[in-house]
Amino acid sequence: MATIIDKSPPPPLPQPTTLQSIGLWLRQPGFLTATPILLLFLAGFVGPLVIVLGFSFLPERTFGFHGEWTVDNYVHILTESYYISFMWSFGLATATVACCLLISYPVSYGLAKVFGRWAAPIMLLLVIPLFVSENVRLFGWYLLLLKGGGIFAGTTNYLFGLDTGTLLYSNGTTLMGMVYVYLPYTLFPTTLGLSLVPKDQVDAAGDLGANRWQVFREVELPIAMPGILIGSLLTFVLAVGAISEAKVLGGANTVVISHAIQHEFTYAQNWPLGSSISMFAIAITGILVIYVMGRLDLDRLLGRR
Amino acid sequence: MGDVAPILEIKNITKQFGKLLAVNNVSLDVIDGEFFTIVGPSGSGKTTLLRMLAGLEKPTGGDIILRGSRVNDVPANKRPTCMVFQSLALFNHRTVGQNIEFSLKMRGVSRADRRIRAMELMKTVRLPEDFYGKGVTKCSGGERQRVALARALASDPDIMFFDEPLSAIDYQLRKHLEVELKDLHRETGKTFMYITHSLEEAMVMSDRIGIMQAGHLIQVGTPDEIYTRPLNKFVSEFMGEVNTLSIRRTSPGKFECDELGAQLTGPADAGGSETGYLVIRPESMRFLSDPSEAENHVKGTLFNEYAMGSRVQYHVRAGGYMLVVEKLREQAYQGSIDDEVLIGWDVKDSVLVSD
Repeated sequence: MATIIDKSPPPPLPQPTTLQSIGLWLRQPGFLTATPILLLFLAGFVGPLVIVLGFSFLPERTFGFHGEWTVDNYVHILTESYYISFMWSFGLATATVACCLLISYPVSYGLAKVFGRWAAPIMLLLVIPLFVSENVRLFGWYLLLLKGGGIFAGTTNYLFGLDTGTLLYSNGTTLMGMVYVYLPYTLFPTTLGLSLVPKDQVDAAGDLGANRWQVFREVELPIAMPGILIGSLLTFVLAVGAISEAKVLGGANTVVISHAIQHEFTYAQNWPLGSSISMFAIAITGILVIYVMGRLDLDRLLGRR
Repeated sequence: MGDVAPILEIKNITKQFGKLLAVNNVSLDVIDGEFFTIVGPSGSGKTTLLRMLAGLEKPTGGDIILRGSRVNDVPANKRPTCMVFQSLALFNHRTVGQNIEFSLKMRGVSRADRRIRAMELMKTVRLPEDFYGKGVTKCSGGERQRVALARALASDPDIMFFDEPLSAIDYQLRKHLEVELKDLHRETGKTFMYITHSLEEAMVMSDRIGIMQAGHLIQVGTPDEIYTRPLNKFVSEFMGEVNTLSIRRTSPGKFECDELGAQLTGPADAGGSETGYLVIRPESMRFLSDPSEAENHVKGTLFNEYAMGSRVQYHVRAGGYMLVVEKLREQAYQGSIDDEVLIGWDVKDSVLVSD
């Protein structure tokens, strides 16, 4: 049988210019189908941010884009005591993430590995509260913990004649409220992460001499880490912007940063200052998140090197 | 083999999952240094048995005795045994080196010593040195196999367990790795306990084979014993393509076969049962030119022929049965399809088995 093999290399394909390749990319079905949502994001998400950014460079008490550009607002933030609010927000958010992780890990482990067919109903029970507005749930806690007439204090008073005073208006209660509200955001990504841990790798680690703690450190944690990180990050970013917990359950002397922003936009009627605090908060959170994500050498952290 | 102390004694071991009896009263002694293979179809309980031996499952009854001491309640991480998993269960988030060193790291061996040992093991399993820092996900199927082997060998276990590690590998590489595994067994001198659903694979590698069916260990023997004297119809058919003729005994050594509509001669020393099966391997069947050439002969029609490389297989319709006949290529039948042929075999090539 005769075989025909062309030994010469195929002719080189013409390379498109940069402009041509951008044009090609724009005409791809992927980009075309994404256009509506891109436009929506530009108008509804990027647009308002640009407006807030613009306002942050306008003089005090301006209500439209007319006036001299200025950085006075930022100078004001740095010279006044706003850093206390920032510290409260970031401190509470960090504590919230830590508490949520401590609670989530065992629960996630159960959901992913232990509960079996009960996992779905339990998950549903955890999701149902999300259908109720966060504020309504917080006021539920408020009623429970209210001084004298609250359900908790009232019950202890009635049953044991004990006056517990109130647990409200403290930073501990604020933290409790935040953990309560943001737990699902840590829990579900962590569950997803843990469900990615193959059983046979856990078996293999045990078979190779790893004890329970070593299995956790060497196999479960590294494999579940992406889920845990995403959950932590989501919780952190949301918790930095939290406002109701501190307002409903917290003391009057703790003013978180979102409270300060709300104050400027409503009561103080100083949109430019409110805008600049917002931009400041966004910038710090953004830098922190990028820094942590970039610097976090997972390999080192988990002893892989 | 009776005078050698067993390294592993399995005594009436049972495992029940709810209502399912996965392993049912299995007893077995494994000799130090042997290559023992358990063969059975999926669902026969062989993986469960192996997992109990490795310490990954707890038996619901019976004892596992390793070097004279009962290890039923010893967890996997405290047993001097190691397992190569069906999925290999390599740590995909680690490099080849880290996978191999895992058991040493768990024992607190220093990094430098771990590396020396890993290099040694990579040489043993024929992995190039520069694979040390490579991610396991970037390795090919055969390379991953070697990593899993080296990882299991690292802690110098008394017994190595293998849970069908070659089942997902293509035919040629599997044949190659079977040979390598047998060589590795020889080089290390360790006790290997292997499970597979392929008797062919078991035949190539094992010193002894145990056959499992529905939770029971039904026959144990050397590959040769299993091949020539299968215990029952299940074992004989598990061995590959055989002729299994349903027969009724009329007098010692004489049988009536309804399927073929013929009187057959067979082994005389067959137990008490009146009915059973006469098993004849395809390669024991011959084309006859005269009935006197063999002790048994059957008339049939050549239905089809299949070239199988060095051999040719024929299907011959005889009565209600399709006989399988296999010949070396040089001894191929000279004729054509639909020929009336005479097939025969000798009594010594037939085995009588029960249901």
